[in-house]
Amino acid sequence: MASKTPLYDAHVAAGAKMVDFHGWDMPLNYGSQIEEHHAVRQHAGVFDVSHMTIVDATGPEAKAYLRHLLANDVAKLTQPGKALYTGMLNEEGGVIDDLIVYYFADDSYRLVVNSATRDKDMAWLMKQAGEFDVSVTERQEFAMVALQGPEAEEKVAVLLSDDQYGQVKQMKPFFGVQHGDVFVATTGYTGEKGYEIIVPNELIVSVWDKLLANGVKPCGLGARDTLRLEAGLNLYGQDMDETVSPLAANMAWSVAFEPADRDFVGRAALEQQKEAGTEKLIGLVMEDKGVLRAGLKVTVDGGEGVITSGTFSPTLGYSIALARVPQPVGETAQVEMRKKMVTVKVVKPSFVRNGQAVVKPL
Amino acid sequence: MSNVPTELKYAPSHEWVRNEGNGIFTVGISEHAQELLGDMVFVELPEEGDTFSVGDDCAVAESVKAASDIYAPLSGEIVEVNEELEDSPETVNNDPYGDGWLFKIKAEDESELNNLLNAEAYAASIEDE
Repeated sequence: MASKTPLYDAHVAAGAKMVDFHGWDMPLNYGSQIEEHHAVRQHAGVFDVSHMTIVDATGPEAKAYLRHLLANDVAKLTQPGKALYTGMLNEEGGVIDDLIVYYFADDSYRLVVNSATRDKDMAWLMKQAGEFDVSVTERQEFAMVALQGPEAEEKVAVLLSDDQYGQVKQMKPFFGVQHGDVFVATTGYTGEKGYEIIVPNELIVSVWDKLLANGVKPCGLGARDTLRLEAGLNLYGQDMDETVSPLAANMAWSVAFEPADRDFVGRAALEQQKEAGTEKLIGLVMEDKGVLRAGLKVTVDGGEGVITSGTFSPTLGYSIALARVPQPVGETAQVEMRKKMVTVKVVKPSFVRNGQAVVKPL
Repeated sequence: MSNVPTELKYAPSHEWVRNEGNGIFTVGISEHAQELLGDMVFVELPEEGDTFSVGDDCAVAESVKAASDIYAPLSGEIVEVNEELEDSPETVNNDPYGDGWLFKIKAEDESELNNLLNAEAYAASIEDE
C-alpha cells in the first residue's frame, strides 16, 4: 500500500487527483495543472513535499564525512543556515542522488534528499559513515511544503510572528533558519522566489490551511514538473541517475574539484571523464505545434542522444525539453516525433526564471 | 462520475457524436476522455473537405500528458472544424460537449450510427477503467 503524507486528507478535500509517485499517494493536480503553473509564476502556490526525506548529520566529524560523501564541498558553508546544492556520487562518478545540504554548525548539517531514492540513499549514507564519528538520523517526524511564487514573501507572513517575519524577509536565497517550530528555507524547485517550510507532522495541516486561506493555490506534481523543467532544474531518475555523470547532466558547477586534495567519492572517475569529455545536457525549444517528450531520439552534430524531460511550457506557449547528447552540438537538432523528423532549436538548459523567458542560444 | 449526456452517441474510443440533421454530425471527445488526458495544449484538426472512413485517425488531441489520436466515429466528409480550439485548446477540457466540439462530418452512411454506443452503454464501458 502506498504511503500517505499527513496532508493526504487535505488533498482529497481540495479535490486532488491522487496518483502513485514512487510509493507515495500524491496529488497530480487539483483541476487544471496549467492554472496551477500560472499561479506559481504570477502569484503563489503551495506543494506538499512531505514525501521528501530529511536527514540530519551531526557529530564531531560531520563536516569531514560530508566533504567525503558529496561532490560539492560543504567547507564552502560558513554562515549558519547557508544551503548548498550537490550530487552524491558512486565510485564510478554516477549520480546516486541530488540533494540540498544546510549548514548549522561544523558538527550539524541537514540534508534533504529525494523520496524515490530514499532506501538506497539511507543505505549509502550509513555505509559511507563507516569510520567517521557522525550520527545520521532520518527525521520522519517532520513534514514539508514548498510555498513558491512572486507573492510567496507576502503569503508566508501568516505562519510567523512579526519578529520572525521581519527576519525571514531579510533572508538571502539558499538559506534555512529555524523559527520556533517552523524551519523556513529560501529554496525551491520552480525558478520563482519562495520558501520550503519544515514543521513537525502534527502542525503541517494547520500550515497548509493557513496558506490556502491566505489565497495560496494548492499545486500538484503536474505543475511541479512543468515549473522545474521551465527553470531547467533536473529531475532525478529522469535527467540523471547512477549511470550518468554530473558532467553530462548540467551539474558540473556543483562539483568542487578545488581544493585538489579533497578526496570525495567519485572524484577519480570524474577527473577521467573530464579529460575524456562527456555528453552534455542541452535545452531544446520547438515553436511549432506538438510536444517534445522524454525518450525521443535527438540528433546533433556529434551524433544521437535522447530527450530526458520534455513538456509543453505553459509560460512560453510552446514545447521545451532537456536532452543529453554527444558533443559537438550545433545550433539545431533533429527530433524524431510521431514518425517524422522535426528540426528544433538548441538553447541553454534554462527557459523561464522569475516569471520571465530566459531562452538563450547555447 | 463523469457526465455522459443521454442525447449523444459514443465510440468506445471516447468520441461523442451529435446528430445535427441533414446528415451532419458534430464530433467531440467525452468528459471522461478529457479527464484522462488532462490539460489540452494543442488540437490538430482535419481540413474541411477531407474524407475519412470510420475508425481512421483524423485529429490529434495533445495534452500535458500525451498525444492521442481521435478516430472518425462515422465515415464521411469534414464540413466544418472548430477553429476556436487553435487559440483555446482548454475549451475541450472546460466544455467538452459544447464549445469544445472538434469537427462536423457529413455522414456517408447514417446506418453506421447503429454501431455506436448509447449513453448507458458508454457509461458502463468507462466505469471499469
